[in-house]
Amino acid sequence: MLDPYEIRKDFPILRRKVNNYPLIYFDNAATSQKPRQVIKAVKDFYEKHNANVHRAIHTLSQEASELYETAHEEAAKFINAEGMEEVVFVRGTTEAINLVAYSWGLHNLKRDDEVVVSLMEHHSNIVPWEIISRINGFKVKYVEVNDDGTLNYKSLEKLISKRTKMVCASHVSNVTGIINDVKRIAGIAHEYGALMLVDGAQSVPHLPVNVKDLDADFLAFSGHKMLAPTGIGVLYGKREILEKMEPFQGGGEMIREVSYDPRLKRCSIAWNVLPWKFEAGTPNVCGGVGLMEAVRYLNRIGMNNVEEHEEMLTKYALSRMRDCSPKIEVYGTRDTSIKCGIIPFGVDGTSSHDIALFLDNYGIMVRSGFHCAQPLHEIFKLNSSARASFYIYNTREEIDRFIEVLKEIEQL
Amino acid sequence: MVRVEDYVARTEGTCGKEKDVIVIFKYDKKDEVVKKMLEKAKIKKSIAGVISELTYKNFSFRLYGSGKAIFRDLKDKDELNALLSELLS
Repeated sequence: MLDPYEIRKDFPILRRKVNNYPLIYFDNAATSQKPRQVIKAVKDFYEKHNANVHRAIHTLSQEASELYETAHEEAAKFINAEGMEEVVFVRGTTEAINLVAYSWGLHNLKRDDEVVVSLMEHHSNIVPWEIISRINGFKVKYVEVNDDGTLNYKSLEKLISKRTKMVCASHVSNVTGIINDVKRIAGIAHEYGALMLVDGAQSVPHLPVNVKDLDADFLAFSGHKMLAPTGIGVLYGKREILEKMEPFQGGGEMIREVSYDPRLKRCSIAWNVLPWKFEAGTPNVCGGVGLMEAVRYLNRIGMNNVEEHEEMLTKYALSRMRDCSPKIEVYGTRDTSIKCGIIPFGVDGTSSHDIALFLDNYGIMVRSGFHCAQPLHEIFKLNSSARASFYIYNTREEIDRFIEVLKEIEQL
Repeated sequence: MVRVEDYVARTEGTCGKEKDVIVIFKYDKKDEVVKKMLEKAKIKKSIAGVISELTYKNFSFRLYGSGKAIFRDLKDKDELNALLSELLS
């Protein structure tokens, strides 16, 4: 079991006050706070090792390159990938999914093909597929979601056919925290010869994730939701699939050779090896270093402990919310055996934005709105929702304070 | 004539079906804003000095002690600016 009070000492921001109240940060599904170890790694990089990678033979470039490559290796180990060749650094989950949609989808999907996506997805796992389908003419088919927010597996089984070439699902819903059985989904997809893309934005920071066990072909996640800086994330892809894919963007770093043929009056190009083939231009080296430090931090705690702590907080918060008046409603299932530390809720007759502003007044940060998942809100018949989401540094006392303020909101 | 930009740090359109606008007032002006608005508008309800539900002409809005306000059912930014200009004058 982790000790959140010890962990909190590593997070300078948690010492600040907002509106004269101690900060309570419950917007971890949007982004996490950063420990001093990550902040120091970023500072040290710029103070001691900054240089462009893979471009020069001088000492600083060698140091930067080594750090950047080690960051890939440690990120690969964190999700149990075969090696760093399977780990492409990107800006975040959104870019990772776009990379697959453009590099794989644009070149492989044809008019009669189908991509199956769930209706609980974040817009970043819907919109790229819709964009490419408007170019290539294939169909995007949507898996239904049950009233309690769980995935309708019967609907999924009905939708997948020989026409399906890609199945996309979030591992954990960013609205409800519901954990999807992506291993089961990958199994069904593979039976029909389709590939499986898992949006791991809300799972990799919170649960032990093993890509070999999931048998996902792609896994996308963001560094900033798991203690690392913004602007760095990972696309994991099975090596044999990445090898066959076309590059995402062109430029330096992603090529091995560009040679002008005066006879043909054009350049012949050879791609670089994995993962650099997908990392055009100067990458976010410092972000990679920050991600490596974040991974080390989470490894020291242990992902099983992270999961256990968040489950404890979620159970506690749900039980305390049950004590509130019936005006306070939790959306989706309360079953913590299939749910991570995300609680969407509302107060009858009050908009989610009023809830968020009221809590903010007491230094409590929660999200309000669609959380980039409008289709799921339409299923729930909600105009928007408030969302509290927990992480390693949150405590039961913070939840108690949250409940106290929530009880005041009932008066609105 | 009041310059609204002297009081407003930023405005934020809300994400959701409700098309509300949140106005965040400049930190050093928030007490002045709260005082002026409470004088101008009619208080429908107030909770522990944290939030006041106000009406002014045909508009209703909620004002927070933290220096933020949430406005509903506004046509556009011009209507918001005109309303703020009256409330802050």
